[in-house]
Amino acid sequence: MSFKNALRAATALTLITAGGAYAETITIATVNNGDMIRMQGYTDDFTAKTGHEVEWVTLEENVLRQRVTTDISTKGGQFDIMTIGMYETPIWGANGWLVPLDDLSAEYDAADILPAMAGGLSYEGTLYAAPFYGESSMVMYRTDLMEKAGMGMPEAPTWSFIREAAAAMTDRDNDINGICLRGKAGWGEGGAFITAMSNSFGARWFDMDWKAQFDTKPWHDTLTFFKGMMDESGPAGYATNGFNENLSLFQQGKCGMWIDATVAASFVTNPDESTVADSVGFALAPDNGLGKRSNWLWAWALAIPAGTAKEDAAKQFIEWATSKDYIELVAANEGWANVPPGARTSLYENPNYKDIPFAKMTLKSILSADPLHPTVDPVPYVGIQFAAIPEFAGIATEVSQEFSAAYAGQQTVEEALAKAQALTTDAMEAAGY
Amino acid sequence: MARAVTPRRKALNTFAAWLIGLIIFFPILWIFVLSFKTEGNAILPPLDVLRAPWTFESYGIVQDRSDYFKHFGNSVILAFGSTLLGLIIAVPAAWAMAFVPGKRTKDILMWMLSTKMLPAVGVLYPIYLMFIKLGLLDSRIGLVIVLMLINLPIIVWMLYTYFREIPGEILEAARMDGATLREEILYVLTPMALPGMASTVLLNVILAWNEAFWTLNLTAAKAAPLTAFIASYSSPEGLFYAKLSAASVMAIAPILIMGWFSQKQLVRGLTFGAVK
Repeated sequence: MSFKNALRAATALTLITAGGAYAETITIATVNNGDMIRMQGYTDDFTAKTGHEVEWVTLEENVLRQRVTTDISTKGGQFDIMTIGMYETPIWGANGWLVPLDDLSAEYDAADILPAMAGGLSYEGTLYAAPFYGESSMVMYRTDLMEKAGMGMPEAPTWSFIREAAAAMTDRDNDINGICLRGKAGWGEGGAFITAMSNSFGARWFDMDWKAQFDTKPWHDTLTFFKGMMDESGPAGYATNGFNENLSLFQQGKCGMWIDATVAASFVTNPDESTVADSVGFALAPDNGLGKRSNWLWAWALAIPAGTAKEDAAKQFIEWATSKDYIELVAANEGWANVPPGARTSLYENPNYKDIPFAKMTLKSILSADPLHPTVDPVPYVGIQFAAIPEFAGIATEVSQEFSAAYAGQQTVEEALAKAQALTTDAMEAAGY
Repeated sequence: MARAVTPRRKALNTFAAWLIGLIIFFPILWIFVLSFKTEGNAILPPLDVLRAPWTFESYGIVQDRSDYFKHFGNSVILAFGSTLLGLIIAVPAAWAMAFVPGKRTKDILMWMLSTKMLPAVGVLYPIYLMFIKLGLLDSRIGLVIVLMLINLPIIVWMLYTYFREIPGEILEAARMDGATLREEILYVLTPMALPGMASTVLLNVILAWNEAFWTLNLTAAKAAPLTAFIASYSSPEGLFYAKLSAASVMAIAPILIMGWFSQKQLVRGLTFGAVK
């Protein structure tokens, strides 16, 4: 081999190995939500900018939770990025399971993340997951049915107004239910709704000594009000309805009002899917005059498990996916209504986005949620529709099962609350609280 | 003596059989129907769903979004690999239990079956930790071994049942003619037990194909089979019935076609020795 050829071969080899060391393939576990699926479609843009390839593992929400929890708690190393929520982030951050996101680039502008989101995704002031999209909850209602009932929805309704309006809009002969709410068992389904609602009634899960509070009047008032209103004006079998069941009912024109995730606004106003797309109005989640509204706060966020060998590439991906540029990219291709909402302050200052019908109410809902002070009386936990402690998911699933049984008429509200108090007390004592 | 069946009774029996068959098959039929509807139409009341226009839209979306053939390839490898490995271990085991039974053979058979009664999630963490140590997470070989192990009791039991129907004298005659143990199993026993072995293979391929707990928990991107492909289309926020149905049809179609063509063999194998 001549010297020149040898030099060419050595140069080529160096380039190949250098390129190989730089370009990584990262594996991302995510949930099958519209915004996440849309992001997968733009992966080529990330690859073109960084050279890194992405392998997606898309799972149903409960399967995803089980899968990523198993992996991170055993240090399995299957994923370089995990999609997690506000419940997991502070717990896993405290355990040292996540890489702190405290060194993101200046261009990324971490200060632009909505403060409520950054607060819920941090532990002791350090951000451990970057919000991809955030949501609160609000009232979505049929403007035509409201008008027909001779009522006007205020921007910030009370629970008594909602109940009255629900009764007025109910038309059983035409299969129209005044109100559709989650009653399905599960801490992230009916459990999330009733917990957020209970905050506005002055209830709380635990007092400052971590004692269960289901034997108090505010909880009794919450459940009695919910069941009474739903029995009067809710759909048949509401005890088994979750987000998707209510979405389907609302889109078919069978609900006068629906109080649920702000992200649903884009579904119910989409004329391809919704038969009532042009007659939907929005309002803040109701309150009871006690200073706390019944809206929750949630974010699907991207986090890096500690110990991954591809930390740098993973950080590059998170910066790309949760950046202002990504929002611009989606807006340019699919319109402003389809950009991931609820994560960045600048989005709500953008004049293009302000024209979207539900944008203003989504931001107001997010801003009115305070995960650090979720209840009327003080609590020792963080979280609005959950308490960010490892034991909560298991306890809340059982409690919500008892509540669903009460909605279905299998037991009384008093029996459900007594069982919830007993099982929560037992579980907290066993956990050493 | 055969019992006389009146035409009326025969018609009733036929009607009942069709009705039960339809009830059992209805969920699959409905998945098939929904897979040809748009998401908006898939949530309508049943009669409106049937009246709504038929479309391939969901299949197109699923095809665009997921790598079907990668998942299909993994399913084939896992289903047939685990069944083949299971047969290699189970044939000698079943032979020994059927033709050279010991005092504890029945106990061993019952113990093997009892492992099927353990909830899988109870051993998830130990197996997950073993897989981490052995570097088997998200690998096809790791899943082939796990699927083989969970189906092994069924394979051994089925083969044991079939082998017991074969007269031991025939094997003795082969031995007297100078056949080695390997030749006895390969050239004498196997051809006679072929219908039973075929149904064992078919049943275990179906079980391995449909297995969802381990295949979801031990895989990520590389070894994920069609069960993971289906799981990726269930959504907590948003409509997904049509896409999930299309993904399900694509996942079950190969095994359904295989089962359709081999149903005679399957039934013959499963009822082998049931009536004497």
